[in-house]
Amino acid sequence: MANETTLNETTLMACHGCDLLHRVPALPEKSRARCSRCGAVLVAHRPNSIDRSLAFSIAGIILLFLANLYPFLSLESQGVVLNTTLITGVIMLVKQSMMGLAALVLLTGILVPFVLLCALVYVLLSLKRGYHLPARRRMFRLALILRPWSMTEVFLLGILVSVVKLAKMATIIPGTALFSFLALVCALAAVNVSLDPGLVWKKMDQ
Amino acid sequence: MKTTSVHPPQTAIKAGLFNCHGCSLLVRRPSNAFTGSVRCPRCNTRLHIRKPNSIKRTWALVIAAMIFYLPANLLPVTITTYMGSTQSDTIMSGVIYFMQTGSLGVGLIIFVASIVVPISKLIILCGLLLSVQKGTSWRPKDRTVLYRMTELVGRWSMLDVFVVTVLVALVRMGYMTTIEAGPGAMYFGVVVVITMFAAMTFDPRLIWDAMEKNDESTTC
Ligand SMILES: [Zn+2]
Ligand SMILES: [Zn+2]
Repeated sequence: MANETTLNETTLMACHGCDLLHRVPALPEKSRARCSRCGAVLVAHRPNSIDRSLAFSIAGIILLFLANLYPFLSLESQGVVLNTTLITGVIMLVKQSMMGLAALVLLTGILVPFVLLCALVYVLLSLKRGYHLPARRRMFRLALILRPWSMTEVFLLGILVSVVKLAKMATIIPGTALFSFLALVCALAAVNVSLDPGLVWKKMDQ
Repeated sequence: MKTTSVHPPQTAIKAGLFNCHGCSLLVRRPSNAFTGSVRCPRCNTRLHIRKPNSIKRTWALVIAAMIFYLPANLLPVTITTYMGSTQSDTIMSGVIYFMQTGSLGVGLIIFVASIVVPISKLIILCGLLLSVQKGTSWRPKDRTVLYRMTELVGRWSMLDVFVVTVLVALVRMGYMTTIEAGPGAMYFGVVVVITMFAAMTFDPRLIWDAMEKNDESTTC
């Protein structure tokens, strides 16, 4: 990790919140630099950033597969048990010809997180192993653009709310996929906390 | 961690630098080039001194969101069929249902995510747009913080869209009761997406640009 610290010499940065220029010195462990005028975070030191975000991204992809393979909730009502997978809601919306809504849920809940994680693994693995894979910059740019549109944590809250709503009418049995999805939300949060985009850009410049 | 701002306090725009929106690289602005066509040498993002047409675009998106917000709240988000009889629920009637059946907390969560967040987000964006257009120098730091909040919190409004999806998935053919998604849910999803874009197109640096203009006019 020696080259990670030597990268952090004083750099000139402009704040995205107010445009003020700053000389940002090498940051000590786990500290962050804020804009002196508007308080926006300019850079934050993420310990072991590349390794950690790579590990969490790979874990996220595996968990996303598990969350889609197994039933995530089963509902028992009037003697009938039906298994539901993560994608069932999208399929039902398509059947009810709510195409837009189905697309929105499919994108923000499943596809965007998947593409985001794959793009991150592609970029981070190539940096870690020293491979010069093509279109790395474009992939990383894509990952950063997709970040606000990955909404698994909102999806999870939506699942919990629906369970509360239905718990009075029926018996709900949580499945493997529900726990995988919960872990996926944690993995994505961990990726967000450990990823340092500035460091990734600098490493790609080398 | 303290940073040293460049002395005298200087902004990227005055120093003739682009601050890349994609990777935060500072790129010297060519004096001759047509500024619309410069791209970042590191990440290939199109470079702008300020987000292009920020005020006009944000206004358009805010107004569109306000228009769509009406059907989102007036039309049903779920249609429940039980033994031949149907019941339509709007977002608000769903909230009231939760509160009446003793799930006060859940009712509050939906109320905040579907009603408080989008409405306050639209009001804040309107206020920011008006303040920038008037060129006021009133509490720029607080206005920047407000902007950052609208950017962070908007995603949670998607909650009701996901709730409808899960309800539709769980209560379907095979039971005596079925739940279908109503048109309100679609409008609501549109509102969330549009307001997220509205927050992205607004440029908080405009808040500070007005400040600097005022400074110059008082000191010179
Ligand atoms: Zn700032
Ligand atoms: Zn760039």
